Amino acid sequence: MISMIMVLNQKGDIMISRQYRDDVGRAAADSFRLQVVAAKETGTEAPVKRIENCSFLYTRHLNMYFVALSRSNVNPALVFEYLFQLIRILKAYLGEDFDENAMRNNMTLIYELMDETMDFGYPQNCSVDVLRLYINLGNVRPQDEPEPSQLTSQITGAIDWRREGIRHKKNEVYIDVLESVNLLLSSNGNVLRNEVTGGVQMNAKLTGMPECKFGLNDKLVIDKEKEDRKPGVEIDDCTFHRCVRLGKFEADRTITFIPPDGEFELMRYRVTDNINLPFRIIPAVQEEQGMTKVSINLKVIANFSDQLYATHVVLKVPVPKNTAKAKIKHSFGRAKYEPEQQAIVWRVKRFAGKAECHINAEVDLMPTVRPKPWSRPPINVEFQVPMFTASGVHVRFLRVYDKSGYHTNRWVRYITKAGNYQIRI
Amino acid sequence: MAKFVGNNDKGSDSRFFTTQKKGEMHELRMELHSTDRNVKVDAVKKVIASMTVGKDVSMLFTDVLNCVQTGNIELKKLVYLYLINYAKTQPELTLLAVNTFVKDASDANPLIRALAVRTMGCIRVDRITEYLCEPLSRALRDEDPYVRKTAAVCVAKLYDIAPELVAERGFLEILHDLISDSNPSVVANGVAALSEIAETSGKDVMKISASVLQKLLAALNECTEWGQVFILDSLAKYTPADGREAEGIIERVTPRLQHANSAVVMSAVKVILSYMELMGSQNSDVIRALTRKLAPPLVTLLNSEPEIQYVALRNINLIVQKRPTILEQEIKVFFCKYNDPIYVKMEKLEIIIKLVSEKNIDQVLLELKEYATEVDVDFVRKAVSAIGRCAVKLERAAERCIGVLLELIQTKVNYVVQESVIVIKDIFRRYPNRYESIIATLCDNLDTLDEPLAKASMIWIIGEYAERIDNADELLDTFLETFEEEDPAVQLQLLSATVKCFLKNPEDTQDMVQRVLDLATEESDNPDLRDRGFIYWRLLSTDPEAAKMVVLGDKPVIEDDTFKLDPSLLNVLIGQIATLSSVYHKPPESFVVRRGAGETNEFDDDDDDDDDEDYEGGGEGEVDLLDMGGLGIADGAGGAQSKERQVPLQKVCGPEKSGGLEISAGFTQRKRKIRLEIEINNISSATEVASLAIQLNKNSFSLSPASQQIVCNPPVAKGSTGRTFCELVINANMMAPPPAAGQPVSPQVQIAIKNMTSGTVFYFAVNCNFEALFSADGAMERSAFIESWKSIDDRSELYGTVSDLPPGAADIESVQKKFLQNNVFFIARRPVPGAEGQEVVYFSMRTVSEMEFLAELTFKQGVNACKVCLKTENTAYGLLAKQALESLLRY
Repeated sequence: MISMIMVLNQKGDIMISRQYRDDVGRAAADSFRLQVVAAKETGTEAPVKRIENCSFLYTRHLNMYFVALSRSNVNPALVFEYLFQLIRILKAYLGEDFDENAMRNNMTLIYELMDETMDFGYPQNCSVDVLRLYINLGNVRPQDEPEPSQLTSQITGAIDWRREGIRHKKNEVYIDVLESVNLLLSSNGNVLRNEVTGGVQMNAKLTGMPECKFGLNDKLVIDKEKEDRKPGVEIDDCTFHRCVRLGKFEADRTITFIPPDGEFELMRYRVTDNINLPFRIIPAVQEEQGMTKVSINLKVIANFSDQLYATHVVLKVPVPKNTAKAKIKHSFGRAKYEPEQQAIVWRVKRFAGKAECHINAEVDLMPTVRPKPWSRPPINVEFQVPMFTASGVHVRFLRVYDKSGYHTNRWVRYITKAGNYQIRI
Repeated sequence: MAKFVGNNDKGSDSRFFTTQKKGEMHELRMELHSTDRNVKVDAVKKVIASMTVGKDVSMLFTDVLNCVQTGNIELKKLVYLYLINYAKTQPELTLLAVNTFVKDASDANPLIRALAVRTMGCIRVDRITEYLCEPLSRALRDEDPYVRKTAAVCVAKLYDIAPELVAERGFLEILHDLISDSNPSVVANGVAALSEIAETSGKDVMKISASVLQKLLAALNECTEWGQVFILDSLAKYTPADGREAEGIIERVTPRLQHANSAVVMSAVKVILSYMELMGSQNSDVIRALTRKLAPPLVTLLNSEPEIQYVALRNINLIVQKRPTILEQEIKVFFCKYNDPIYVKMEKLEIIIKLVSEKNIDQVLLELKEYATEVDVDFVRKAVSAIGRCAVKLERAAERCIGVLLELIQTKVNYVVQESVIVIKDIFRRYPNRYESIIATLCDNLDTLDEPLAKASMIWIIGEYAERIDNADELLDTFLETFEEEDPAVQLQLLSATVKCFLKNPEDTQDMVQRVLDLATEESDNPDLRDRGFIYWRLLSTDPEAAKMVVLGDKPVIEDDTFKLDPSLLNVLIGQIATLSSVYHKPPESFVVRRGAGETNEFDDDDDDDDDEDYEGGGEGEVDLLDMGGLGIADGAGGAQSKERQVPLQKVCGPEKSGGLEISAGFTQRKRKIRLEIEINNISSATEVASLAIQLNKNSFSLSPASQQIVCNPPVAKGSTGRTFCELVINANMMAPPPAAGQPVSPQVQIAIKNMTSGTVFYFAVNCNFEALFSADGAMERSAFIESWKSIDDRSELYGTVSDLPPGAADIESVQKKFLQNNVFFIARRPVPGAEGQEVVYFSMRTVSEMEFLAELTFKQGVNACKVCLKTENTAYGLLAKQALESLLRY
């Protein structure tokens, strides 16, 4: 199991370390500093490194290294998941962008968290909501600190993600279906890779211990119900928050759960068939003889209903390093050559559905002594389309059952973003 | 998200990090004794801060310890943290805290009870351990689940310090009861503790019975994510009774594939894959269904963080080798994204090559071509080399691959061209006389080649196809101008290529070949080059026709088996999915150093780096002697000889071939395993030799490495010598073609080694000492011996005399003993009738590959010599067996 967790700064100095077993020591930080940090291998070399039979598994947050050490044959996925959880917990306590200073300022709190979330190298309960019930060292304690015995049953309980006795004036659930579309098109328009990864984010403000049942237009479910409706979406695979009863899902594909209080990610899914691509882009990029000029012709089509619109549309069309200037003609938005990005960047705040846009650019290149071939990186597209799902997934229902039988308001939003949306040229 | 703790200076801990001024220790001490609780807490925080940055604050031990008597849980936690850190250096003083621990362990607040038990377990002071047992035993039965789950882990801690106490106190049984606890967290930690104890002790303390199994499966649904991982990992170690039970468990495990935590998913995959092995072929429908189920979650893992992707990819690499069908349709998901980290891209490439087939090759080639235009040099080179590997793997696509390589050569990017030339050489070797039309294009790019490997490859091509290249001699001539500065690999290739060229076109190249031979034999200090030069010279001057046969002979066809794991290793690793072993692709024994329970060890201690070899010495041999009974281990000579015989290592490879390493090697048998012992003398390699990869050519003994990886522990630095070994197994596919009838087999085993640190590959051959292959199970019944002896034709007998034996070596009893240690078994002994003082002794031996040999040794009293007569059906190996006996007699 894990022998030690240490957090190092950019230089490789220990900021915080917690030794869970004594088969490693502080000296290990030196080997890590010399062989990983100083060798500048982070980011290019594998995040699992063995030095003298001690394995170092690490990840980064900002410029800090979170390193787990082990001398045994541990489950590396478990180690990384724990490190991610630890960072998530620290984010919840110290803020999204907690830095070295924040770490130093709250050292004793972090020790306490590390002690509570791991024992002898075995991860324990990492639920932020529960940890907050009893760990907030040195600061104001919540008014309603529960009795110790109630607390412990909460920490160790089968439903360790929710405490009992939660009350809300209004019972509401906000559901956000967030999709990101990954696309890789070859220069001649062939789809090389196309998939949608989606996530259902929930913000549940519900009283008591409500039993929830959630339904998407999953093809397998709809086919079974045999209703004369639109065919469902074929979901390749999905993973669920641990509150969801996996056995039940495996048996009849219904999603049932008692939600944590507040925000959480209920599920993630992956769809690869019948994807509606929100944008079609037809590129024509030509390098002139002698490498003095590049001409770029682009056609961009918004391939969704004209009732909708996309926001934050950014197209980055790469140009060679030695670009001198670019003459750009385009129908709307703003476009200019940005040398630091080595690309022509075209930004549109609002792109209406079914709209079409052309861009022409003439790029002049500076003569170079030794002309190097241009690697032609892909065009990168960013966008957001509200109320649209590229996969066609939509929420069919969310039923909430509680003893008291209260009424629940439900709010559903959809948004599709670009993940890796790239077109080779 | 709301911030619970602000960064405002008032409450922040950073003020504790201010540098220690003179007398600060004193000041701290005063504060620790303060009556004001806040001052006290702050003081302890300051102490902890100093501890964190590595300052020694152990002198404050008593002062900090004084603070432990407090009802304030915050302060208590801080003091305990301090205690854990310094208890080892202050064992006597730590005893003072025992009372507090014991008291806290029966506090009304379960959080404090658990804290006390948890902390006590972390203090590795023997005398504390005694006091731990009582509270621990109570805690294991505590009414509060939080205390029980903490106590469960504490048993594992105790086992690490004092395993005998765990047994004495019956903690194992209690732990076992916790598997059926009503609380899932308790079950999870109980399983974790039991698995750990099972692993360190090597005993099956888990004892999964039918009822335990049901409990584990039930807990699986309720546990925390971590608990699910622990349970799945222990299920993976369990062997179901039959296919039906396996199927039943799999059914309960499959829902876990949908868990958001990738560790749960991967452990579930491990259980399913391990059990699939047991289900056998009669369940092909079930297996097919499972195969379909496994693909989507594996693909989903590739949407996780890069670190998880890396772990997943290393595991998938194993899975596609074991069960290629699972992901055969999914090659697209392994295509690299432009912004994937390099380590992810490299792993994806490996998998692409494993999944490439004639159906998807076109798509793959487009991808690889795209990668070859990226910026990272290593990745680009790997992509180019992947194209070559596709060609070698898929005969029908070879032409398309070559097309792509030619396109890439046109880019004139230096490293792309070089890598292309290297792989094209392999393609030529794989498909001789097919694609030579492209040689002209290659020749246009001679100037770009500046790396030895690329140059050597190109020169090989020129030499091999000299007759098709009009100006082959001119091309070689240009290389020859700088002959002396070239890398040894290039020089060797130049020498061979020039000789080939000469044999094909003697008229025009006479001068050139003369010059090269002069350069190689007179000017060079490299013994390999000189040797090769002399051999060519001798060949050319005595019999040019023979030279042609030797130099231009057919070469064995190569296959794309690089990076493929040996099947036995693969099976081991499949059982290790979701562990570090599967990331390193090494069996756990090779990197996990077991230490005796209770023994403490710091990271930088060297003790644990010792190889077990040292202790293996005579043990085995002596045990065997005892088993045979009555063979007298008591006498002096026997005692001395019961030590393991040191195999004489042959010097097999000089530093010039291997980038500065001198290699000696020899075969031996230890604990019934055949080993290749390797001694590395690092003469001039600047980098330490830490790990090697090994490959054996087909050989007369079907030997094949059990693992391709060899670890040198400790690494061999420049100027030092290190020993390592490689375990060998018998693999029928590795059998070299038999020699011509009546000819003895070649004792040579050809070996290639790659130094993983420097990337150098070198080749050498070791003569196999046949005695290393004698099986310990080779003893023969006397009657069977007599029958065999009679049945073997006298004409296939081998005779010889071994004379000048060292003094005492002709003593029959000691010979018997010596032979027995080396698995040569005594059958009978009788005096020769009519010849005074002469005795014959019969022995039998059998190799691990089931070849039997019968021997008759004749000794004469007072003569230090012995006659050997050997009979066998495997006549081709007879000579080797006889030599083996001779060398055993002599040592």
